[in-house]
Amino acid sequence: MLSHLPILPVLLPLLGAPICALLRKPVAAWLFACTVALLTFAAAIALLAQTWQQGVLSYALGGWAAPWGIEYRIDLLNGLVLTLVSGMASAVLLGGRASIWRETPEEKRSLFLVAFLLCLAGLQGIAATGDAFNLFVFLEISSLSTYALVATGRDRRALVAAYNYLIMGTIGATFILIGIGFIYMLTGTLNMMDLAQRLPALTESRTAFAGFVFIIVGVCLKLALFPLHLWLPGAYTHASSMVTVFLAATATKVALYVLIRFSFSVFRLEFSTLALPLETVFLTLGIVAVFAGSLVAIYQPDLKRGLAYSSVAQIGYMVIGVGVGTVIGLQAALVHLFNHALMKGALFMALAAVVYRVGDGKFSSLRGIGREMPLTCACMLLGGLSLIGVPGTAGFISKWYLVVAVADREQWVLVALILAGSLLTAVYIWRLVETVYLGVPGPRQVPDSPAGRAEAPPGLLAVSVVLALANVYFGFDTRLPVEAASGAAESLFAAGQP
Amino acid sequence: MELLVDIALLSMLVATAVSLILVRGLVASIMLTSIYGLLSASFFVTMDAVDVAFTEAAVGAGVSPLLLLMTVALVGRVEQQPRKRHIAFPLLLVTVTGVLLIVGTLDMPPFGSADAPALQHVAPRYLQQSGEEIGIPNVVTSVLASYRAYDTLGEVLVIFTAGIAVILVLMLPGRRGSVPDDAGRQRPRNVVVNVVSKILIPFMLLFALYVQFHGEYGPGGGFQAGVIFASGIILYGLLYGLPSVCRVIPPPVVEALAALGVLLYALTGVLALLDGRPFLDYSVLATDPVTAQYLGITAIELGVGVTVASVIITIFYAFAAHLSEAQR
Repeated sequence: MLSHLPILPVLLPLLGAPICALLRKPVAAWLFACTVALLTFAAAIALLAQTWQQGVLSYALGGWAAPWGIEYRIDLLNGLVLTLVSGMASAVLLGGRASIWRETPEEKRSLFLVAFLLCLAGLQGIAATGDAFNLFVFLEISSLSTYALVATGRDRRALVAAYNYLIMGTIGATFILIGIGFIYMLTGTLNMMDLAQRLPALTESRTAFAGFVFIIVGVCLKLALFPLHLWLPGAYTHASSMVTVFLAATATKVALYVLIRFSFSVFRLEFSTLALPLETVFLTLGIVAVFAGSLVAIYQPDLKRGLAYSSVAQIGYMVIGVGVGTVIGLQAALVHLFNHALMKGALFMALAAVVYRVGDGKFSSLRGIGREMPLTCACMLLGGLSLIGVPGTAGFISKWYLVVAVADREQWVLVALILAGSLLTAVYIWRLVETVYLGVPGPRQVPDSPAGRAEAPPGLLAVSVVLALANVYFGFDTRLPVEAASGAAESLFAAGQP
Repeated sequence: MELLVDIALLSMLVATAVSLILVRGLVASIMLTSIYGLLSASFFVTMDAVDVAFTEAAVGAGVSPLLLLMTVALVGRVEQQPRKRHIAFPLLLVTVTGVLLIVGTLDMPPFGSADAPALQHVAPRYLQQSGEEIGIPNVVTSVLASYRAYDTLGEVLVIFTAGIAVILVLMLPGRRGSVPDDAGRQRPRNVVVNVVSKILIPFMLLFALYVQFHGEYGPGGGFQAGVIFASGIILYGLLYGLPSVCRVIPPPVVEALAALGVLLYALTGVLALLDGRPFLDYSVLATDPVTAQYLGITAIELGVGVTVASVIITIFYAFAAHLSEAQR
């Protein structure tokens, strides 16, 4: 079975989803979905370990060699993203049952889990494939299931949010498809490696230029890069809690992976920078995203929406790393990709536990909750500190590498702006601390909420604690994200050299 | 001659698109959407993409306008006037996109040119060797169902996802997959409709099976067959009402079939894994490689057909259930 390792992290949820649809009892579907997610996670870890030892793994689907057939091509970067996505999926499914059960009506629960597994299969498929069109197909699977998941949010505003996301996401996906069509027309191939060999001869072609622009804009829509982020706050706010945790920790990360894959591997860096002033575009949009996202986040009356805007800002940091255009810059972007999943995972998971108790995420409902749910709120606090980038947390490592990368290019203004962005983060995290610990509790909405000290259900609490501790752990033991990211960044750049 | 046909079709497409933008009545725009689908299908035929035309004619001109009409029956046929129209910025975005699309065409290889890279690199092997390697005349089916079978599995999963999404969003409270009661059973009021549909439906279902099992030789295959089969069932449902059609094919059965179709496809691929071959390698199915390809393609096309038909019927059920709930 070891030779089939590259396909397993995608195949398991892909097979699991239709089987889960046959299970009509929600508890059975939940147990099954947990098993599938854990097996997927195990396969992804094994795959990451194997790429670490053996380098790039290639897998010819259907037994047809690339470029005639579809190829899976797993390097460190693929392995890291696959592990991250399946790990977060396992955490959400294992810990989130209580929250899903509370926020989803009984008849919808098992189909909710089917859609969740489909979303996992889609994201894993995007992260594993070495074929440009195959990437689009799995993008469609993940997108459609995400729209459905967002639409199952608690009230009817979720439907509007899902509809907005559907329109924006479909435009993004169509742009990506148009772009892939253009470059297929010029090269006659869809395999990424093969494209990478054939595209450098086409630097003069305006069709290749248009294809590149369509792909980048389409991916940036999916990534929610400012100013294409308009779908994100609504979708994150109105989706049910577990969907928000999963999306915030994985969907935009996979989109960032696609952006990096296309602008560094498929189109080599020389082409990319020739076609578009990528450095200027990404650095400018990134820094604007950091400030716009953080400033709006400060003024939100709802913590969930505030954290959603904070995600827009954090995507800005990652894109700055990509825009720096050096090996360390890319490494910083990838380290932040990993760490940000942990931070937002911890924050949204702890918030889900609070929402389970008080009914919503408005600041007015959160007043003084720190005394009732000390452990949950400690997790939120740790996630928040990590988001600011306090030393001893994973967030510090991200910021450190980013600042080093930017300082290496001697762009001191940018360094100052990045640090100023951190201060803005501190402002909205302080607002959270102030409300949660110093606020006076008002009347609660949910009638059965017990007075006095009452933590969240054990599952939610356990996963929040694990994710919060992961933020601390990866603040000290940085080997996994940093070494994987540096290996991935070096191989992306080595591929770019003729 | 072909140039004239192309010009005629494309100008009609443009005219339809423009009137789609201008027209305000919802029923009229749905009809125009349907016409647009039919014209696109005809255009695909002139480009020799018969398989695509087939699907477009069934889905673009048939099923999706029907679903839109059912929606209009629920929400009313008049569009609410938006308070204020901001037209400048959207117009700018659309113009930029349009300009970029035109820029993209500037360095395209000429249409149909034999030197085009798309015909020089990967395609020659499909055209020249698929006869030996796969052993079926329809090269499109060879590519879809064998060389790039994994993409097709993904597409089937997309359709399955769409079905799951529609049920999740449209499910009436507390009623997953329950059969509606028989109270509102209707008979077609019109004798002509009654007689014609009774004659038509068996042939539609038969034709679906023909398209399903002749996809290797002519245009067609699981996707097209599934849509045609579903159209037959939907026609029955439209004429005789949701309760009648639900007694023929109960909703829980269709939902299960949608999942089983995907599983049939995926498990055909898993058989290869058990034998140590890559996923979706059909060579494990028989000793002779060409026979193995034939078996594999038949199995997965069946999976495609079952899932597509079931998902479209499921979507119809979901819409129709809302409609009959609203009428009550």
